[in-house]
Amino acid sequence: MAEDAGLFDGGKLLLTNGVSTIEGSAGGGLASWAVIPGMETDHGIGLSAFATDVPLRDFNLETQGFAIGLRNRLSLGYARENFDTLSAGEALGLGHGYTFRQDIVTARLRLAGDLVYGPQWLPQITLGTDFKHNLNGAVVRLVGAKQSAGTDFTLSATKLVLGSSVLINTTFRLTDANQFGLLGFGGDKNAHRSGQFEGSLAYQMSRRLAIGGEWRTRPDNLGFARETASHDVFVAWAPARHVTLTAAWVDIGPVATLRPQRGVYLSVQIAC
Amino acid sequence: MLGLVPIALTLSSPAMAQNAPDGVDWFKEFGVEQPRPDPVTGELPVKPYTVTDANAGATPFTGSDMARTFGGQDGIHRLAHRLVTLIITDPAIKDIFVATDTRRLERTLYEQVCYILNAGCAYTGRDMREAHRQLGLKTRDMNALVEDLQRAMHERGIPFAAQNRLLAKLAPMKRAIVTR
Repeated sequence: MAEDAGLFDGGKLLLTNGVSTIEGSAGGGLASWAVIPGMETDHGIGLSAFATDVPLRDFNLETQGFAIGLRNRLSLGYARENFDTLSAGEALGLGHGYTFRQDIVTARLRLAGDLVYGPQWLPQITLGTDFKHNLNGAVVRLVGAKQSAGTDFTLSATKLVLGSSVLINTTFRLTDANQFGLLGFGGDKNAHRSGQFEGSLAYQMSRRLAIGGEWRTRPDNLGFARETASHDVFVAWAPARHVTLTAAWVDIGPVATLRPQRGVYLSVQIAC
Repeated sequence: MLGLVPIALTLSSPAMAQNAPDGVDWFKEFGVEQPRPDPVTGELPVKPYTVTDANAGATPFTGSDMARTFGGQDGIHRLAHRLVTLIITDPAIKDIFVATDTRRLERTLYEQVCYILNAGCAYTGRDMREAHRQLGLKTRDMNALVEDLQRAMHERGIPFAAQNRLLAKLAPMKRAIVTR
C-alpha cells in the first residue's frame, strides 16, 4: 500500500484536468469537456483557480473563477465574467467602458468512462449545468433578451486516444444564452433553449504540451444583432505540476452589430 | 574488505530476504522458513501458475517498428531497469515495493514490454490481476507509475507518440491493476 497522500492526492496525469473555460467549467477554453477540474483522482479532493483575459477588436472579456473537484466525480465552480465594451460602448449608446457582468455557477457529474483508461471506445461522459446570472438585467432586456438569468445543460464525451495522441471532445449543450449570457437569455427571435454543439480536437505533443482547435455553435436569439459560432486554436502548456498556461487565437463572431470579434485568449490556471 | 561483503549481499538481495532493520530475525521469531533466492537469478520463489503470453494482458504490436523505436531487446532491458529504479525511489509509490522481489519485477516488466512491442520475447509472469492482487492500488498509484515510465522513456529518447502507443496497450489494464 502506498503512503496515504491525504485528501489532496494530486494524482491526475499532467494536462488531464483540462483548462478552465471562459465560463469556469473544465475544458479547452471555449468548449466544456467531460473532465473534472483539480488534480485529484478518485479518492481525493482537487482545487482549481484561473484567470483569463481575451482582448478582442472592440471589447475585452476577462473572467476569473475557481472550482472544486470531488473524487474525480463531481465538481462545483464559480466564475465571474466582465465584458468591457471599451469605446464601442459609446457607439452602442451605453457609455464608454460600459461593462456587462455575469456570475456563473457550474456543476459537473461524471457518469461513466475515463479520459485516459479503460476501453478506447468508451469516453469519459459527464453531465453538467451552468447557472448564469447576468448583472445588467435592464440593459439586456432593452436589447431584446427575455431573461437576465438562465440555466444551460451539458452532456460531454471526451477521450484521449493514446494510440494517436489525440484528444477528442464533443459536448451537447441546451442553452438560451445570448453571447454566452452576457446579453441575457432568450430573445425576440427565439425565446427558448436550443441544442448547440461544442467540439474539440487536440494533439498531445508531450506530457506538458498540447495544441488544438475548438468549435462552438451558439443560438441566434436576438433580432438586433446576429450571433454565430465561435472557434479557437490553442496551445496549452503545463510548465509545472500545478500550473497550466493557455494561449489561443479566438474568434467569437460578430457581437452586438459590430464586426467579427477576434483576438488573443490568455489564461493561467493553478490546480492541486 | 571482508567487512564489505555482508553489506554488498544485503544491498543486492531482494528486500524480503533481508533481516529487519532492528536486527531481529522475524522469520525465526514467527517460525516460518526464509525464502531462498534462486542461486542463478537471485529471484525469490513464487507459487506455481499457468505460464502463457495471454498473462501479458495486451495483444502485441505487429511488425518491427515499435521494437526498433524502443531500441530492441537491449533498449527495453535498459528501460525496464531504469523504470524499476524510478518506481522504488518515487516518494509517491516506493512503499508499495518494500516487499517486492525487484529482480523478478524487472525481468517480468522487461518480458511484458518486450512481448507487447513484438521484440521477440515470451511473457512468463503472472496475469495483471494476480500480480497486483495484494497491493491495494489506487488510480493515483497507477498514474505515478505511468509518469515514471514516461520519464524513463523520455530519457531513452523515445518519441512521445511512440510512448503513447505503448501506453495505449497498458491503459486497459487499469481495471485489473487498480483495486481500490
